Amino acid sequence: MEFQAVVMAAGGGSRMTDLTSSIPKPLLPVGNRPLLWYPLNLLERAGFEEVIVITRKEIQKMLSLDTKMKLDFVYISDNVDMGTADSLRHIHQKIKTDVLVLSCDLITDVDLYKVVDLFRTHDATLSMLMKKAPEPTEVAPGQKGKKKPVEQRDFIGVDDTGKRLLFMANEADLDEELVIKRSILQKHPRMHIRTGLMDAHLYCLKKYVVDFLVENRTITSLRSELIPHLVRKQFSSPTSLQQGLDNKEEGRKKKEQASLDIYSFIKEDNSLLKPAPDNSCWNDHRGDMNETLHEGKVRCYVHIMKEGLCCRVNTLALYIEANRQVPKLLLNLGLEEPLVHGTAQITDRGMVGSDSIIGSSTQIGEKTSIKHSIIGSACTIKDKVKITNCIIMNSVTIEEGCCLQGSVICNNAVIEKGADIKDCLIGSDQRLETKEQFLIKPLLE
Amino acid sequence: MAEREAPGGEREPCRASGAAPGRGVSHVAPVPGAGPGAAPSVPVVVQGPELSREEKLQLRKEKKQQKKKKRNEKGTAAEPPEPGTAADPAQPRVTPHPASPPASANAPNDGEKPPGGKSKAELRAERRAKQEAERAQKQAKKAELGQGAAPAKPRLTPTEAPSVVKRLPEHVQVDDPAAQRKLAKKLERQQVPLRQDYGTKVNLFSHLHQYSRKKPLTQQMSIPSTVIHPAVVRLGLQYSQGIINGSNARCIALLEVFKQLIRDYSTPPNEELSRDLVAKLKPHISFLNQCRPLSVSMGNAIKFLKKEISCLPDTLREEEAKEKLQGTIDNYLREKIVLAAEAISKSAFEKINDNDVILVYGCSSLVNRTLCDAHTQTDRTFRVIVVDSRPRLEGRETLRRLVRHGIHCTYVMINAISYVLPEVSKVLLGAHALLANGSVMSRVGTSQIALVSKAYNVPVLVCCETYKFCERVQTDSFVSNELDDPDDLIVQRKGQAQLGGWAENKSLRLLNLVYDVTPPDLVDLVITDLGMIPCTSVPVVLRVKNVDQQ
Repeated sequence: MEFQAVVMAAGGGSRMTDLTSSIPKPLLPVGNRPLLWYPLNLLERAGFEEVIVITRKEIQKMLSLDTKMKLDFVYISDNVDMGTADSLRHIHQKIKTDVLVLSCDLITDVDLYKVVDLFRTHDATLSMLMKKAPEPTEVAPGQKGKKKPVEQRDFIGVDDTGKRLLFMANEADLDEELVIKRSILQKHPRMHIRTGLMDAHLYCLKKYVVDFLVENRTITSLRSELIPHLVRKQFSSPTSLQQGLDNKEEGRKKKEQASLDIYSFIKEDNSLLKPAPDNSCWNDHRGDMNETLHEGKVRCYVHIMKEGLCCRVNTLALYIEANRQVPKLLLNLGLEEPLVHGTAQITDRGMVGSDSIIGSSTQIGEKTSIKHSIIGSACTIKDKVKITNCIIMNSVTIEEGCCLQGSVICNNAVIEKGADIKDCLIGSDQRLETKEQFLIKPLLE
Repeated sequence: MAEREAPGGEREPCRASGAAPGRGVSHVAPVPGAGPGAAPSVPVVVQGPELSREEKLQLRKEKKQQKKKKRNEKGTAAEPPEPGTAADPAQPRVTPHPASPPASANAPNDGEKPPGGKSKAELRAERRAKQEAERAQKQAKKAELGQGAAPAKPRLTPTEAPSVVKRLPEHVQVDDPAAQRKLAKKLERQQVPLRQDYGTKVNLFSHLHQYSRKKPLTQQMSIPSTVIHPAVVRLGLQYSQGIINGSNARCIALLEVFKQLIRDYSTPPNEELSRDLVAKLKPHISFLNQCRPLSVSMGNAIKFLKKEISCLPDTLREEEAKEKLQGTIDNYLREKIVLAAEAISKSAFEKINDNDVILVYGCSSLVNRTLCDAHTQTDRTFRVIVVDSRPRLEGRETLRRLVRHGIHCTYVMINAISYVLPEVSKVLLGAHALLANGSVMSRVGTSQIALVSKAYNVPVLVCCETYKFCERVQTDSFVSNELDDPDDLIVQRKGQAQLGGWAENKSLRLLNLVYDVTPPDLVDLVITDLGMIPCTSVPVVLRVKNVDQQ
């Protein structure tokens, strides 16, 4: 078999506690489907037949997905805090081939073959997906206009072709200067450094990387530790550790370090053109006397998406943005289910916008206009309500005359008559009294 | 389709001279002594172990024709034609094969016994009379039926006509919808995706495929590939992206992947390894062919491998059979490629004298090896002029390797060859394949260099291993070639892409040829692992090879 797919759904959603306190992140509804459905759908469309899903026990009970793939759930108990690399180590016995790791909060319509082809063609150690990150447009509801601190930027260095990943550093790890090793510049004199890229957390990893993780227990997170380590390792030669081995006094400690070096896990026949290195006339670089790829054994590649949808539902703002983009994605996927569910009872079809999603068994009264919104199932929306740009989850009741704009309303909330809500986040099971006006106020349970 | 060429190619020269290939005919050389009159309607049949598969097929066809004719002519009460009764009288018409024993007469069709006691001349006269009679009948019958289509060669009897039908390989019939439909059906059956052609082609080459590198075949396949082995998918991608190129590199990579395929193969129950493995290899070969058309070296290697697999004795267990196959593949690699390269390099660098100026073109692994060996193993001083051409610019890689070895090099583009040739003492070229009429098929631009060298009286030497010898005959570069991605011709200069919008211009077509054919009179010597031979001896080598293999 060529690949095994692993979806990491055990994360807590620590950056959007407002929402995830009541609903676990993999089950957050986006476009009326649980968040976990999107990466699984991506894998199903690509042709995978089996997926390993790492999650917590209660999530699996609440999950009801209609997918033809065989899902293999692996449970992690609540009280153990596992990073993504720890989870991979946990299932290492199931992993027999190269692995494709996905995060559960990835919503994308990328052509997966583009990422995987880089992995296959160059026999790469790592192949990942990135997208040019758009600037955030609006202030997220619940954040009262205070500017969120700029998230730590990532500096990504790619070579001239834009495919080979040369350098990766996060602003948090750097003091004031960006330090680039001379060996990188000697081998790749032209490097493009970009900051506006968002990592999609989709990685193709070789099997020996998983073996390396098993031995190396200090690495806990894939994104923040393993990937930069691999990118750095491309340009550090294994011979530098050989000298440590010869030095008997320092002996044992260095020996241990050497055995944890990833080069010791790479099987002998990893060089790209091993059977025919002298014969093929391809070279990835020009201008110096070195062999193809400088005979480097670790190679990292990245596919940078220019257009198309790729978002990670990490924070509240991104959640809302994802909900806005999802109707188009669902239309393009050509699913059988229409955006407006068959069992929904809508009196005025004309008042419902074309890209709004209405769930099953929802009742919508007369003269209710719904634009660019997503309404869950079993909701009751009475007459003369205006809903614009909102995300309404399941079983919500909205009485007459309300006006909602740009808000997120969680499960089972009740909004009494005449409420005017703008840019708010209303938690689960909340009940709003009549005729109140709420503006940009977060409300939690 | 590589397999298809062999019987067709073998037949060609014989067809041209109008003789039926009896057992005694050498397959490749034209048949001497077989004038237009000598068109025996009966095959010369030989009993013996040397009857090859093609011969058997031929025989079977002819027998069928005989039977049909007999049935038709029963009404006209003509004597049924005698089959190859006296083989001896027929022998002088055909070139006697030195190895075949004198034919013992065999009459399988109608079981007629040759009349005993007749002399050779009488038998000959009898047969001639019969032939005339049946030719007359045939013409009468045709006139009756009112068929306007007169046979092109009225002397050719129906037994020979069907076997003239030649099947063209699919890859030169892209503009024939019937052939493409057949291909699509075949690929669907094997579950291999069909790659779409890209861009408008130049009219003269519209019978060839033209693919785009940006639309790989994996777009249409499921990601963990199940039908095609992952190693083969990777190889196909490496071929189509140009990471493995060069005829030796492609063949070596192919054989290594086949070794892995055989390792991972397990015979299903109730099947024989020898037949099932060949069937399992076919989709993979189709897939690789869709990624990039197979090279001649790859085609020969595949033919060899299929033959080895089908010749496996049934008594072997699966493990032993697999090991034996891996052993034969290793042998083939070692003998035909590695050792051949050593031998060629050795004989070639004897041709390099002190203070020579050698011109090389593009990047050929053999030529590079020869020059590096000459530099290290002898103490002759020579310098090299590397000629390069767009869009591949492979000469840069040659330059890097030679300079790394310490050889003094000059680098020019192909438009400068008439300026540098006056100082060149010999030209050393590599080849993709050597065709049966002695033509050299090599990277596009090679024939140009050979032509200009001839004009300047500079000797042209071609280095080629024998496993790249092909039974195809080509006199021009149009019939069978490869069209590369036309977008490779787009040049980025100062932020502008010249020719970037070529697709929008209806009257602009881009042509990116990969190979061209150099006629044999422009080449002075071919250096092979069998020695240094002139171009015209290639058919002899092929014939010897065929005899060896049979």
